[in-house]
Amino acid sequence: MTNLDSARRRAESDAKSRGYFLNPDESFLKDLLEGLVENERRYGYPSCPCRIATGEFRLDRDIICPCDYRDADVEEYGACYCALYVRRDVFEGKAPLRPVPERRPAKRQAAAVSYASGAIASESGGSKDKADVDKAEKGNALGGGEPGMKLWYCKQCGYVAFRDEPPYVCPICKAKKEMFGEVKLGLVG
Amino acid sequence: MQVVKVPGKDKRHKVFLYALSTCAWCKKTKKFLEDRGIEFEYIDVDRCSKEDVAAIKSELERRGAPMSFPLIIIDDKVEILGFKEDELKEALGV
Ligand code: SF4
Ligand SMILES: [Zn+2]
Repeated sequence: MTNLDSARRRAESDAKSRGYFLNPDESFLKDLLEGLVENERRYGYPSCPCRIATGEFRLDRDIICPCDYRDADVEEYGACYCALYVRRDVFEGKAPLRPVPERRPAKRQAAAVSYASGAIASESGGSKDKADVDKAEKGNALGGGEPGMKLWYCKQCGYVAFRDEPPYVCPICKAKKEMFGEVKLGLVG
Repeated sequence: MQVVKVPGKDKRHKVFLYALSTCAWCKKTKKFLEDRGIEFEYIDVDRCSKEDVAAIKSELERRGAPMSFPLIIIDDKVEILGFKEDELKEALGV
């Protein structure tokens, strides 16, 4: 099986598990799958073909396909940012496929671009670029102490996630964001 | 910088495209321009060196444009973010 086939299978089964569809335009779909394969070859993980990646896992974590923004975009616009995954009505041609605006927060995007431009490797300590990356980085480190990071649990199935916001949909039981509650930790004694 | 020039008969506008080589919308944009014989230049930012990315970053910051792709700049003033066929047609007069 070629890499392209396995990328396709992975996307197909993921789409199925969510009730989504893959883009019905075969040549467009192939371009995207090739992009994913190429990024996996470059970085070791299939980062989003339509976004700039850094090769630094901690900076790219949110844009590894399927990215953190997919579910919200498919729900709101009928397609993910790249239009790899689409909603049923778009798949069936009943709703138009339009460009999807970027949902990735500007601060994460800025951090990635700063890193890709070498602003971090060079001696620019204390610059705005460095601050962007540090901020984005902290948001990922477990226990890193960034105030925005919290533990969330799914009230329906008990799934727990550590991130700034609860997932749009529970990856286990598909419960909506509203079903997530915050886990409050306290020291006893 | 690895700017690629795609020759075309229609040279009425100066068209510059910031793209990623892996992005399907960017490919669609390139094809849209090629199919209509529009001359343009593009750069695949994911294939650029760090220095080039830095230069592109400051150029886009100067314009106040985000680093998202495809970004099409027409005659140095019109910026179209994403593959928006209607806007492209109107701006290019095709
Ligand atoms: S936008 Fe679509 S293709 Fe890109 S990473 Fe997200 S889910 Fe994958
Ligand atoms: Zn759940």
